[in-house]
Amino acid sequence: MHTAETTPLLLAVRDLNVAYQSKVVVWDADFDAPFGQLVAIVGPNGAGKSTLIKAALGLVPIASGSVRFFGLPYAEVRHRVAYVPQRESVDWDFPVSAVDVVAMGLYRRLGWCLPVRRRELDLARAALVKVGLADYASRQISQLSGGQQQRVFLARALAQDADLYLMDEPFASVDAATERAIVEVLRELRASGRTVVCVHHDLPTVPEYFDHVALLNMRVVAQGPVSSTFTAENLRKTYGARLTLLEEAAQAVERARVSLQHREER
Amino acid sequence: MTRRRVLFLVALLVLLLGGLSWFLSRAGSHVGHSHQSGEAHATGAPAARRGGKSITDTGIEWPSREKIWRTVSLADYNTRIVFAGVTALGAAGGLVGTFLLLRKRSLLSDTVSHCTLPGIAMAFLIGESMGLSGRSLPLLLTGASITGALGMLAVAAIRAKSRIKDDAALAIVLSVFFGLGIALLVVIQHLPTGNAAGLNQFIYGKAASMTADDAQLILLASLTLAMICAALFKEFKLLCFDTDFARTQGWPAVALDLALMGLVVAVTVIGLQAVGLLLVVALLIIPAAAARFWSHRLGVTILLAMTIGATAGLVGVAASALFPKLPAGAVIVLAAVVCFAVSFVFGARRGLLVRWLEQRGVATRVARQHLLRAIYEWCESHAHNRHADPLHLLEQPVPVADLSAANDWSEGRATRLLRLGSSEGLLAWTPGSKTSHLTARGKLEARRVTRNHRLWETYLLHYADVAPPHIHHNADQIEHVIEPDIVNELEELLAGGEGRVLVPADPEKPVPAMRGART
Repeated sequence: MHTAETTPLLLAVRDLNVAYQSKVVVWDADFDAPFGQLVAIVGPNGAGKSTLIKAALGLVPIASGSVRFFGLPYAEVRHRVAYVPQRESVDWDFPVSAVDVVAMGLYRRLGWCLPVRRRELDLARAALVKVGLADYASRQISQLSGGQQQRVFLARALAQDADLYLMDEPFASVDAATERAIVEVLRELRASGRTVVCVHHDLPTVPEYFDHVALLNMRVVAQGPVSSTFTAENLRKTYGARLTLLEEAAQAVERARVSLQHREER
Repeated sequence: MTRRRVLFLVALLVLLLGGLSWFLSRAGSHVGHSHQSGEAHATGAPAARRGGKSITDTGIEWPSREKIWRTVSLADYNTRIVFAGVTALGAAGGLVGTFLLLRKRSLLSDTVSHCTLPGIAMAFLIGESMGLSGRSLPLLLTGASITGALGMLAVAAIRAKSRIKDDAALAIVLSVFFGLGIALLVVIQHLPTGNAAGLNQFIYGKAASMTADDAQLILLASLTLAMICAALFKEFKLLCFDTDFARTQGWPAVALDLALMGLVVAVTVIGLQAVGLLLVVALLIIPAAAARFWSHRLGVTILLAMTIGATAGLVGVAASALFPKLPAGAVIVLAAVVCFAVSFVFGARRGLLVRWLEQRGVATRVARQHLLRAIYEWCESHAHNRHADPLHLLEQPVPVADLSAANDWSEGRATRLLRLGSSEGLLAWTPGSKTSHLTARGKLEARRVTRNHRLWETYLLHYADVAPPHIHHNADQIEHVIEPDIVNELEELLAGGEGRVLVPADPEKPVPAMRGART
């Protein structure tokens, strides 16, 4: 396990450019994930938030730029990185149970051809317990609610026991119980020295849930600690002159200020 | 999972090894048996008998009792060969087809099978030009595999390198390769030495012409496919479920995909002779689709698909052995379709019948809840003292006419609902009586239903953006789905609401289990 001094940046993205066909989606993006923090990537729809993560993981081809995990190419440190895709990216009608899906996080450790054994199933069940789905282990995944499906994905990442977690919109359209369960898990991860990077869409909750934020609109407009970076000025630069959004952002900033004050008082 | 998987593996191996050894021992005892290659008869009936028939004779010839017995007891060597080969083929089709179906590439198998035709024709031409027999099955199937794989790669390349959509890519490759194959067949027919008649069997299939060597080839190929699928079971499962995740974990998704499609090509090629390239897609997709109606477990689905495929093979061969005019390939597919139709209607997991019963259950439940809520609301609005004991509140006899008027029920509907309620012991009502009142159980149930309904209503009003889509608001007791503190919050909202009736108290005692109340 590396310490904060030796690898301050678990994920360092430099001058990243990604284009679909001829349309540029991410442009000269620089992004750093500091050690042991909860990091949000926020920005308007189509700003390239998910693409940034996918490009870092090699899921979409990058036009130029470099991505380093723990100072190394991703292929060399896959076992230290866990990825939580968007829930909509898979067919939940697939004939597997929740615990089967979670066990998929352990396939890599198992290696080729070896079947899932009791040890893996126990680890998978333990991960399901952490997300509050202990009773749903053998449930077929189409019989879970959307929030529960999201938690199954989270449990799969937890089972990997990684140092860095990349999550694509884990809070997208989940119920209140799931949102609380996820926040709880994120905080536990931080407490145990893990780093989490979340693509996030909900501005008001940024200050409450995250320590560090990157504002993205094709390029990274600003990044840094939430207290100094999540400002009305930066949000205006990120979201442009869209009035409703600005209004929302202004409220978010106000709430952020209040909640930070609360935190300091505590 | 571990035990299931071991069982799955063992079952596979036992099934296939048993079949193989049985077959080989039988085949061994028949060494020297003259193979009626090419035009061999599945039933072993003298070829002369069939040859003597006029082609205009279209009447059905019912098999004699002796013939049925000979077929069922596998007395004929050729029938045994065909049975063994086609059963193995059906099982292999079900196995690979399940993964193909879950990979959502069903139509790819149809394209691949059409792409084998030019390979067969070219292999024939090459064989003839080299002075070999153009009809050697291994040679023809090698050609078929090559162009089948080329077609599959062509689809993959078009999909990856152009903006042409999947379905168009499949259609283009299918028609180009099949057209080429037909053109080559015509060329072969015009060759002085050539005779393409033998090649047509690959289009429509001719199970009866299977020789011991052919059947052995199918068995060995099926066994190999089964071993590969067993070894790569978890890899294929991951690939089919979540390709992106597999890639981030370092699994070679492209190579695994190609391996899976390679298995599809293999099944297609060994199925060419028995069912023909037009119908081999059915052996891959129909058993898998039928099995999916019965189970939510991948291992079970695969075993069922293999069983259905093998059964369809058996039925098809038996039918064509008993009725020589029936083509085995088509009967195999029809037998699989019958399995599919049965599964579609009766399937335990997603069959039509199960869904219909569920729907009917929901309709009854909704009707019962309407009735109880209507009675509760009537009692509530006619109470002299709102804060009276809630159970006392529900004592009042309710005029049926009032209920109907308040809820816009027709006389028939009101009668039906009341009959339902009284048959379930929820209320006291006899046909023709003008009033009705709730029984003790009915009172508890009415309060539970009303409370649940109002809480759900409020929940949807306040949490509309996050309401989970999978919940049946009518079916689920809110406490079973929503966190207790949110339920408390909803209760406070309801109690504080201006002009809203208070939410009825949670019935102290659990309501006795009701038939069909919850599924």
